[in-house]
Amino acid sequence: MLQDKDRIFTNLYGLHDWRLPAARSRGAWDGTAKLLERGHDEIAEVIKESGLRGRGGAGFPTGLKWTFMPKEVGERPHYLVVNADESEPGTCKDRDIMRHDPHILIEGCLVASFAMRAHTCYIYLRGEFIRERERLQAAVDEAYEAGLIGKNAAGSGWDFDLYLHHGAGAYICGEETALLESLEGKKGQPRLKPPFPANVGLYGCPTTVNNVESIAVTPTILRRGADWFAGLGRPNNTGTKVFCISGHVNNPCNVEEEMGIPLKELIEKHAGGVRGGWDNLKAVIPGGSSVPMIPKEICDTVLMDFDSLRDVQSGLGTAAVIVMDKSTDLIKAIARLAYFYKHESCGQCTPCREGTGWMWRVLERMVRGEAQVEEIDMLYEVTKQVEGHTICALGDAAAWPIQGLIRHFRHEIEERIGAVPAVAAE
Amino acid sequence: MPTITVDGNEIEVEAGLTVLQACEMAGAEIPRFCYHERLSIAGNCRMCLVELEKSAKPIASCAMPVAEGMVVHTNTPTVKKAREGVMEFLLINHPLDCPICDQGGECDLQDQAMAYGVDSSRYDENKRAVEEKYMGPLIKTIMTRCIHCTRCVRFSTEVAGVEEIGAIGRGEDMEITTYLEQAVNSELSGNVIDLCPVGALTSKPYAFSARPWELRKTESVDVMDAVGSAIRVDSRGREVMRVLPRLHEDVNEEWISDKARFACDGLNRQRLDRPYIRVDGKLKPASWDEAFNLITSKISAVGGEKIAAITGDQVCLESMKALKDLWSALESPHLDCRQDGTPLGGGRGTYLFNSTIAAANQTDAVLLVGANPRWEAPVLNARIRKAYLDRLIPIGAVGPQTDLTYPHEVFGAGAQTLEQIANGQHTFAEKLKAAERPMLILGQGALAGPDGKAAITLAARIADTNGMLREDWNGFNVLHTAASRVGGLDLGFIPADGGRDTKQILSGCRSGDIELVYLLGADDLPEAGDKADVFGEAFVVYQGSHGDSGAHFADVILPGAAYTEKHGLWVNTEGRVQEAKAASFPPGEAREDWKIIRALSSAIGKPLDYNTLAELRASLFDAHPHLAAIDDISPGDISSIRALGEQSVGQLSGDPFALPIKDYYLTNPIARASETMAECSALFAQRQSDGKVTGTHG
Repeated sequence: MLQDKDRIFTNLYGLHDWRLPAARSRGAWDGTAKLLERGHDEIAEVIKESGLRGRGGAGFPTGLKWTFMPKEVGERPHYLVVNADESEPGTCKDRDIMRHDPHILIEGCLVASFAMRAHTCYIYLRGEFIRERERLQAAVDEAYEAGLIGKNAAGSGWDFDLYLHHGAGAYICGEETALLESLEGKKGQPRLKPPFPANVGLYGCPTTVNNVESIAVTPTILRRGADWFAGLGRPNNTGTKVFCISGHVNNPCNVEEEMGIPLKELIEKHAGGVRGGWDNLKAVIPGGSSVPMIPKEICDTVLMDFDSLRDVQSGLGTAAVIVMDKSTDLIKAIARLAYFYKHESCGQCTPCREGTGWMWRVLERMVRGEAQVEEIDMLYEVTKQVEGHTICALGDAAAWPIQGLIRHFRHEIEERIGAVPAVAAE
Repeated sequence: MPTITVDGNEIEVEAGLTVLQACEMAGAEIPRFCYHERLSIAGNCRMCLVELEKSAKPIASCAMPVAEGMVVHTNTPTVKKAREGVMEFLLINHPLDCPICDQGGECDLQDQAMAYGVDSSRYDENKRAVEEKYMGPLIKTIMTRCIHCTRCVRFSTEVAGVEEIGAIGRGEDMEITTYLEQAVNSELSGNVIDLCPVGALTSKPYAFSARPWELRKTESVDVMDAVGSAIRVDSRGREVMRVLPRLHEDVNEEWISDKARFACDGLNRQRLDRPYIRVDGKLKPASWDEAFNLITSKISAVGGEKIAAITGDQVCLESMKALKDLWSALESPHLDCRQDGTPLGGGRGTYLFNSTIAAANQTDAVLLVGANPRWEAPVLNARIRKAYLDRLIPIGAVGPQTDLTYPHEVFGAGAQTLEQIANGQHTFAEKLKAAERPMLILGQGALAGPDGKAAITLAARIADTNGMLREDWNGFNVLHTAASRVGGLDLGFIPADGGRDTKQILSGCRSGDIELVYLLGADDLPEAGDKADVFGEAFVVYQGSHGDSGAHFADVILPGAAYTEKHGLWVNTEGRVQEAKAASFPPGEAREDWKIIRALSSAIGKPLDYNTLAELRASLFDAHPHLAAIDDISPGDISSIRALGEQSVGQLSGDPFALPIKDYYLTNPIARASETMAECSALFAQRQSDGKVTGTHG
């Protein structure tokens, strides 16, 4: 269990003041200029050594991503874009960081931009986050006033500008290239890759897109050292992580914990346990709506990190733990998620545009039991036809929850349809 | 050059190609819907998925650049399954109304469903239905059939340069539509019909009229403008059902203008299908003999000095050659192929589009003089736009302000601005000098006015003094609007010594110096009005295909063939000789034009010495060897342009240049006879008057 001394987000619950003096008293903006003195590449190297993996869902090593940016600034400027379009159902960590600890993020923006030789950073905020953007803007204004950002940011000699951009509330704009399109003022549709943003990103310039949490932890990692961060969690799954626990628990909450904490411990220690006791647990979606659910048997022992969850055919995603007890109609729950993906598909590429609607409609019938038992296999096949065939990951995200449902709870669908349970699901 | 392996075959391909192109080179067929060579890559249909070793997922081959050592598989079970999956998705919401779909028989979705589809559907839900969208009188929409490949969106944005087609909504509710559901404001809009891989966008005038397999396909050349786009004429029986573009990389790539495509219904209307003779002020049907006898009696009465001939804009080389030979047999010097009254002629370099049309892609500075290429040569305009998009080249214009679909600066209205540039007193001269491949495009608008002679002299001088006349690059370009003009000038169908040009012929008619005028398809004379106002007392013979303005003046009408009804040669604005083949027959008693002139020559008693088309062409090629090289350009000479530039320029009238085309859709007799073009013209006029209100009105 994470000790208080190792917490990065010391005001996650908003118990203290968010403003600059209070944030400074908690350690933010402490010797930032000194951090930057270590040089662009050295900072990226420290982040690489810390083992930090992107907190937005895919878990790509952050330091490695930074090194993809050109080492020299050519004719085109470099940009850092912070993805604050937190829209994954079940996820609400970035929101609390921005409203209760905005200065940690702003400092992180400076550090990360400096590491990538960017003078400009954009924070792309989810459209629905109205109070958050007011708070964050106020904090940005404070930072400008205090000389922490702007010309000669924090006395480091590095000029740095930070802009907030408000989205219009489309889930797909959380996909990094759709976000860039939206930021450029176009329709939010994912771009083809390659070229990757590090080569051709915002306005055709080298760009890195990072999650809020990934950026916010970087100053602390630099202050306390890569070894400290790497010492938390397990190899390849290091550091601390903000978990968002929601659903059928007694005390839904956000909590910063060590990576690799057992799921059961996480829920029992921080969320007051499953409603009606651990044995009342039916399934957990461990990483936001996009990852497959895991049944109780797996929840008993699984560790909450990227590799452990991958091994049980799920994923850490955004670490948004959605707990469902035995009262849950899992088919209905997944049908609701399928509707969400159908609604949020951008419509650009065929499998996602056509597949999400198909899957949702079949699931809606299954919720009512108005389906043939063969359709379960057909549905599974359709998810496979969508998965991996789309431009962006939304297709995968739409397919995985349904695959998780069929993989672990096929018998429930079959019962609903009124058929004899099959001998073996797979 | 990267080496990649496709299905076990190692091939070396050019860097920068996509995997799809490399696979094609290796002989592997890749299905696709959204990919198109001439449009940006969208990668959205996902039909072209292939397996790439060391890649976890199948990749969209259209969007992936080749890299050294790639190992690609196009025929594995994974690939097959992926394609079948995509095909199934495309079909679940596609109506499968092929029996009533105009695309049937030439539909990409239909064809590829044969290869990658399955025989039954697993989709039990209701299919999506999408409301039709209004896209104007040319494009019919059945949007339920749309598979969202976005080719039409990309074409209109990138090639046509009008950002009017787009997608609204998202996910399965995404719909392709035009801005505010208005007609597409482009002269190239019809190309989206060809681009649409399904039956969502089809030709409105052609709707429900034929199936592709019942049409006879004839390769031909468009004569609606001087570009000479390669076309395919699809006919059934005597009727031309539709016109489609043919691939010609150096001329029209694979686009054609809306006029080339949609004016074909004019071939069936207002046709002259028998000879007429004016009796007591009224045209009465007559026999060929009666008509010829009347003409013969008139000609023998007045003699060569008092007869004149003017040819129109769509006349083939053969008929001009025959008429010219007849006129020289009659010893008349009065003949002109320039019915608009321009001063063109002389050295071939001075009237050709010397850079060639294809070179417009490579140009790095353009000066437009009295030209609106968007209307005068839409396909060429798309090339200039592409050059602009690729390199943001400087484009200047002298003449009226127009919307060319790319930014350009208008310096002035008339010849005096040209004089400033020629004298180096204008900043744009610097840009021309700095450019490696500058183009000066001289339009008929500058030539037809009172300063026409000065304009071409000054233009030649600008070309000479700004490094446009080099061995490796000739930047002096005359943009013609008439398909027959360069051919006429090549033949020397211009006044012989002591001869009169168009304007002098007309004034001669009124003064009585000319007593007989032979109009060969000449319907757009520079003067308009009653016959007495234009021709005085002169006897007017009109030979042509349509009952247009020329026929209204006529005392005798000889019914000719339209461009789709005869084998003919045309020379386009760059000097390219092109052959059109007859797709059908002239209506009624109408005949091929050269035959009419040949028959008339016998009636007059001065028979021309050829009896077949082959003999005529042999005689033509004998006199003008460069015309024998079909689909070739015999380049214009630089020295004649230099000499032209050295001539003195007299007093300028100062009149602004006036563009030759007032209404793009109604520039020739065929287009004027077309209902489709009339509808477009009305819509265009409507838009012009609407344009006077602000964008936010209402």
